[in-house]
Amino acid sequence: MSIAEPSTFGGEHPLLDLLSDFIIELRRAGLPVSLTENLDAMEAVTHIPIEDREAFKYALGATLVKNHAHWKAFEVVFEVYFSLRGPEYEVIREGDDALSGEDGEIGAGDGQQPQGGGGGMQSLTPEQLAEMLFKALMNGDAAMLAALARQAVTRFAGMEPGRPVGGTYYLYRTLRNLDLDDLLDQLMEASREEAPEDLTPLEERLERDEFSDRIEQLKREIEAEIRRRLVADRGIDAMAKTLRKPLPEDVDFMHASREELANLRKAIYPLTRKLAARLARKRRHGRKGALDFRSTMRHSLSYGGVPAELKFRYPRPSKPEIMVVADISGSVAAFARFTLHLVYAISNQFSKVRSFVFIDGLDEVTRFFDGVEDIGEAVHRVNTEADVVWVDGHSDYGHAFGVFWERFNRDVGPKTTVLVLGDARNNYHASQSWILKEVQHKARKVYWLNPEPRAYWDTGDSIVGEYGIHCDGVFEVRNLRQLERFVEKLV
Amino acid sequence: MSHRFEDVASVRTKLADAKYLADEGIAGIVYLADRLGKPVIVEGPAGTGKTELAKCVATITGARLIRLQCYEGLDESKALYEWNYKKQLLRIQTEGDSNWSEIEDDLFSEEFLLTRPLLEAIRAEDPVVLLVDEVDRLEVETEALLLEILSEYQVSIPELGTVVATQIPMVFLTSNATRELSEALKRRCLYLYIDYPDLERERQIVESKVEGINENLADQVARIVRSIRQLDLKKHPSVSETIDWARTLVLLGIDKVDAQTATETASVLLKYRTDIEKVVKEFADNPDELTPDGV
Repeated sequence: MSIAEPSTFGGEHPLLDLLSDFIIELRRAGLPVSLTENLDAMEAVTHIPIEDREAFKYALGATLVKNHAHWKAFEVVFEVYFSLRGPEYEVIREGDDALSGEDGEIGAGDGQQPQGGGGGMQSLTPEQLAEMLFKALMNGDAAMLAALARQAVTRFAGMEPGRPVGGTYYLYRTLRNLDLDDLLDQLMEASREEAPEDLTPLEERLERDEFSDRIEQLKREIEAEIRRRLVADRGIDAMAKTLRKPLPEDVDFMHASREELANLRKAIYPLTRKLAARLARKRRHGRKGALDFRSTMRHSLSYGGVPAELKFRYPRPSKPEIMVVADISGSVAAFARFTLHLVYAISNQFSKVRSFVFIDGLDEVTRFFDGVEDIGEAVHRVNTEADVVWVDGHSDYGHAFGVFWERFNRDVGPKTTVLVLGDARNNYHASQSWILKEVQHKARKVYWLNPEPRAYWDTGDSIVGEYGIHCDGVFEVRNLRQLERFVEKLV
Repeated sequence: MSHRFEDVASVRTKLADAKYLADEGIAGIVYLADRLGKPVIVEGPAGTGKTELAKCVATITGARLIRLQCYEGLDESKALYEWNYKKQLLRIQTEGDSNWSEIEDDLFSEEFLLTRPLLEAIRAEDPVVLLVDEVDRLEVETEALLLEILSEYQVSIPELGTVVATQIPMVFLTSNATRELSEALKRRCLYLYIDYPDLERERQIVESKVEGINENLADQVARIVRSIRQLDLKKHPSVSETIDWARTLVLLGIDKVDAQTATETASVLLKYRTDIEKVVKEFADNPDELTPDGV
């Protein structure tokens, strides 16, 4: 693909190749980069002095990333491609010089340290290093922290060239040796001693936040350093591939790591806001109503009795009543949580929402959401307080449905839409699928949302097929994107 | 054409003179927008200074700010142009006997054209900054109105022909991200996300915006706000709320915040009851809280 005239950059330019590789990698990571945006980026960087790494990054970001949720992914790819460059790039050489210069200064500035040439830190004892780290954190000395992060990685990560382990392993090793948790308490202790009078609880809290922030910064430095070294060792392409992570909306509910779950939780609030706004709009703009004769006549008066402006009766579609029946056993708990959260966040789109959770017993949890503003808190209570275990705490759909039928079958009416959430892994219990059939007869619609990939359905103890024949639709909902799509369809 | 800014640093200093403290990203993108002649979509949480940015850029470039506030139902006649039909009617009535083709030519001339913000920005002779505020409130279909202007800097009026901009105005579109903007729109623009500022910048913002605040208090305000933003709240305090809070404290004659004043004035900072409760609870977790602690 010819991307831009190389002549714009003054002849042969390795930067151009690098940029197109970079953009290809962005696309692989799932970012939608169009050709125009590609060209814009190429043009943008001609206006930015390449020595200015930050400005360079923002120039690329502004032209290539048009969704803030993708910024993190962009940053990672950028780090890989532009943090460590060969000698033909002025940027990095300068950066490195500056940094090693700092090392020297630090060694010279601190009287107790042996005055080694170059890095100056190689010859420190671990105790001295710890002390320097402590001081740097205490004073919030960013340059010093960066230098120390480098040193810590050299010493503790034990990186071996060509070894095929991920960066997380090295990070873990480095952090374990630094023992940062303890450090926070020590820092607090020191700052208490330093203060002229006792710290008020508020001040104490602020100090603590400040120190945690600095320690976070140190962690980020260490992580970046490890990444730089890995790139140097294994090459850009290999690293980019290892670091490629799904975008937040593509993260699989069932296999999300703790960090990914936290990101998902953050993503869900803006998502619900968007969804609510969109749905409200949709409702208002369905213009298929019949002619409103009375209103038309009334308005015709201002035109001297000519009905120039036709008025229509806007349809007011009845809002569905929702019953959510969710499996909250271990493997699918995260999925149930997000779906409940989403359904309640847009509950004003429904005339009524009731929710039930089960493992092998079933409990109604609508009460946790009543009049609660903080949905996250309510969802948390569902997980901790609902009474859902009957015998052994292994999913038993059959029994749970039995309880549902016995206690709530009278509440299922022709306006009710029933959503069943779960992977239908029934641990070889009786399926009791007749209940679902009965429910389908009474209810408006029955939908089943399954967080497992479609390929796994009906394998092992999954009997989603057996339940599925009694549903109006069975959907694979593995990530936020699919969940959003389904909910929009539902309303 | 000549550019408005020398380099990124100059954008930054000029903005700072106008009391807008830009970070690296903001300054860099404003600079790029000027160089590339492209509009900028500014997105971010409410109250982080998106609209303010456009205003300040107008101030520092000595340009006139033309603002189009978007809302649902905004249409061509409010955003682009409209024919002044009352005047047209009058014109027809006054010269009832003259020949029709003459009148017809006359009717659709600039005299009867009412310019609306977008067209006005295009036709302006003097330097202008166009601010399209809260573009996410437009319906997706109406968004298309903007496309011609944003990519070609021109407006086609069927009766008159195409009006091409004499100069490329700087264009800012702000969005609160209540919905995803269309790909077509995003593709034509640079994208700037303004997040909550970091501690240092927030402190500086407070210092520059709140008169009579001392350094200590500004520092404390910024730090407390940062701590609050780390909590899991429905709505985090925005920069403008931080400033309001700092002003409140100054007005109350407080020069050192303790837990009590912080919780008592929390309603300036936070707008949801549950959020306020949460913050009060969080800060009252410590034992001797809510009793005057002698500072």
